[in-house]
Amino acid sequence: MEKRSTKASSNDPKHKHDPDDEDFYLNNDDDEYDDDEDDDNDYDDYMDDTDDLEYTSSNASKYDPTPSVEIFTSQNSTVTPNSSYASTSLKNLSQSTTNQPDLSKSLTKRNIELDEEFKYEVLSPDKIVQYMTECIADVNSVLELTPTITRTLLHHFKWDKEKLMERFYDGDQDRLFREAHIVSPFRPNTYKRTTSSQSTRSSRLKEFCCEICFMQYTEDNMSGLECGHKFCKPCWREYLTTKIMDEGMGQTISCAAHKCDILVDDTSVMTLLQDPIVKIKYQHLITNSFVECNRLMRWCPAPNCSNAIKAQYFDAQPVKCDCGHVFCFSCGELWHDPVKCKWLKKWIKKCDDDSETSNWIAANTKECPKCQVTIEKNGGCNHMICKNQACRSEFCWVCLGPWEPHGSSWYNCNRFNEDDAKKARDAQEKSRHALQRYLHYCNRYMNHHQSLKLEQKLTASIREKMEEMQQHNMSWIEVQFLRKAVEVLCQCRQTLMYTYAFAFYLKRNNHSIIFEDNQADLEIAVEKLSGYLEREITSDNAVETKQKVQDKYRYCEQRRKVLLDHVHEGYDKDYWEYQEDL
Amino acid sequence: MAQRLQKELANFMRDPIPGMSLDRNLVEGNLNVWVINVDGAPNTLYEGEIFKLQFKFPQRYPFDSPSVMFIGNKIPEHPHIYSNGHICLSILTDEWSPALSVQSVCLSIVSMLSSCKAKSRPPDDERYVQTCRDPSDPKKTRWFFHDDSV
Ligand SMILES: [Zn+2]
Ligand SMILES: [Zn+2]
Ligand SMILES: [Zn+2]
Ligand SMILES: [Zn+2]
Ligand SMILES: [Zn+2]
Ligand SMILES: [Zn+2]
Repeated sequence: MEKRSTKASSNDPKHKHDPDDEDFYLNNDDDEYDDDEDDDNDYDDYMDDTDDLEYTSSNASKYDPTPSVEIFTSQNSTVTPNSSYASTSLKNLSQSTTNQPDLSKSLTKRNIELDEEFKYEVLSPDKIVQYMTECIADVNSVLELTPTITRTLLHHFKWDKEKLMERFYDGDQDRLFREAHIVSPFRPNTYKRTTSSQSTRSSRLKEFCCEICFMQYTEDNMSGLECGHKFCKPCWREYLTTKIMDEGMGQTISCAAHKCDILVDDTSVMTLLQDPIVKIKYQHLITNSFVECNRLMRWCPAPNCSNAIKAQYFDAQPVKCDCGHVFCFSCGELWHDPVKCKWLKKWIKKCDDDSETSNWIAANTKECPKCQVTIEKNGGCNHMICKNQACRSEFCWVCLGPWEPHGSSWYNCNRFNEDDAKKARDAQEKSRHALQRYLHYCNRYMNHHQSLKLEQKLTASIREKMEEMQQHNMSWIEVQFLRKAVEVLCQCRQTLMYTYAFAFYLKRNNHSIIFEDNQADLEIAVEKLSGYLEREITSDNAVETKQKVQDKYRYCEQRRKVLLDHVHEGYDKDYWEYQEDL
Repeated sequence: MAQRLQKELANFMRDPIPGMSLDRNLVEGNLNVWVINVDGAPNTLYEGEIFKLQFKFPQRYPFDSPSVMFIGNKIPEHPHIYSNGHICLSILTDEWSPALSVQSVCLSIVSMLSSCKAKSRPPDDERYVQTCRDPSDPKKTRWFFHDDSV
């Protein structure tokens, strides 16, 4: 369902013949930067608005004939799965979303090998503003426009200055400005009619009526954009404050006039606003759009961190913020080698998606054919008796027909092979199988996810052991092997966790079998190291312990490398085939 | 913003929209709620019918949009008007501008009624009426508009 604007509905054909507008209809081929498909219509309206400025209400009469749809929040299922297997994983699923920040916090100090080739810079909030100003000045040295117009244009091109330059010099600048919702600085006469009609009135009345507060003001108390719509300054201030503070809008605040989509530039906003709090919020919103639109920048996703990473080129590479958080530059998730961003995104969505819960219900429950109470089958017998005391109807689980004709074949439905029943059964089996497969990967993914969350606890207990060992004749340097072991353990868990997201979408072939073997090897090695660290570190035989721990974590590191190298090799040589439809 | 409402009221009285009149009894003393009597326009499907349209003005009006709905036991039967009186009209939400007014909203509603070719309720009427967040305030609903000519 597409959100719709009323703009298209008031597309008045008469404006097509307006001689002043004629040249706007040339050269209207497709444009990839056009985010509003009704752009030409917008422009029509826009001209329309300026034509009859005093008759705003007549514009409003072009009503929007649109039905609506109320959005529903997802309904909680009425049935709670009571199989412990399924319910645990479902519970885990919900935790996966709510606890994500915790996890990222605990992984904050992880040392992930960073690709030396991938050059990037960590920018503090101040540096972001500085960088934005530089970018604008840089482009402006060529375009020679005002910084505000340049910034609006850059924003329109998602801060890709090459694309802006290209479009700027391709000849049709009017169209470019129109698409960016700014008034062309080269065509001041476009809005002359409005301005002149207003000044005629003003010379007669000396005062303007603000169309928002209906009060009279002298000209210097009125303010407006290039589009010619003027309102009193207090009304502008109130309007901008509402947009900034209540609606969180920055770059995309348009003129206060109805259906006028000319954007309010930042100089106007900063001049009109007085409250410093609103001004600061606005500036933040502006840099936010600068960072978010810029393909070569990404906010650090760690909670309470306001740094941004600026890279030289766009790639799925791990980056480390000054706050210590390591994440994927391309998608912002924790560094997730070996799975690719695309599949991880799909996986996370799947894990968050309620529909998995409904799949479980579809596979394990049915409704009583008589009273519709949801029934869960938990035994082998197909002879079902509705648990609803008022109903107590007896039916067959397999065909959902009444039980009576089944006679005494207590464990088998003698109508089993009838076509309808067969189809229903196949569909159910298929969904059950798909669900079991999903739960297999999901449980393992969640297991590592949960274990990683316990990292801080483990680190604390290992630190105690390190202290203890130092009291038993080991130097500080000598006990660092334990810290290293925890680090390797977590690194391996993080890798393993993401291998399940990778494996879930993988089609079975010879290489996927090798991959699964590698995965199993690493899994076993990791659990051994984990168990050893949790239970068997003693200061009694420190030297032997150290040797064992080192052997174990080195083996883990080695298995991890083998696994990752194999997956990377597969990316290079196209081993991997995916199941797109999962 | 009492001043603006005062002026809007004066404008509305001075320059009434055909078929619309202020329900005086309900306006006295309280400028924040208006009830407007709407007579179905001649030569439309609503000829001869009488409806009541209610405007509630929030504190921050006109920066915040008014809450507008039909009230009483006669709700126009229209594909964009729910049987609880809620109206699906984009200028009441997404496209609200402080430069709009009671008059402009009224004109939109008149035009919406006049252009109706067949009386019906929105397709999701039953569901919406049962589940909308606040039956007394359509602004609590998150409205989605989509292209569908009547
Ligand atoms: Zn004003
Ligand atoms: Zn404007
Ligand atoms: Zn950070
Ligand atoms: Zn990624
Ligand atoms: Zn029953
Ligand atoms: Zn049966």
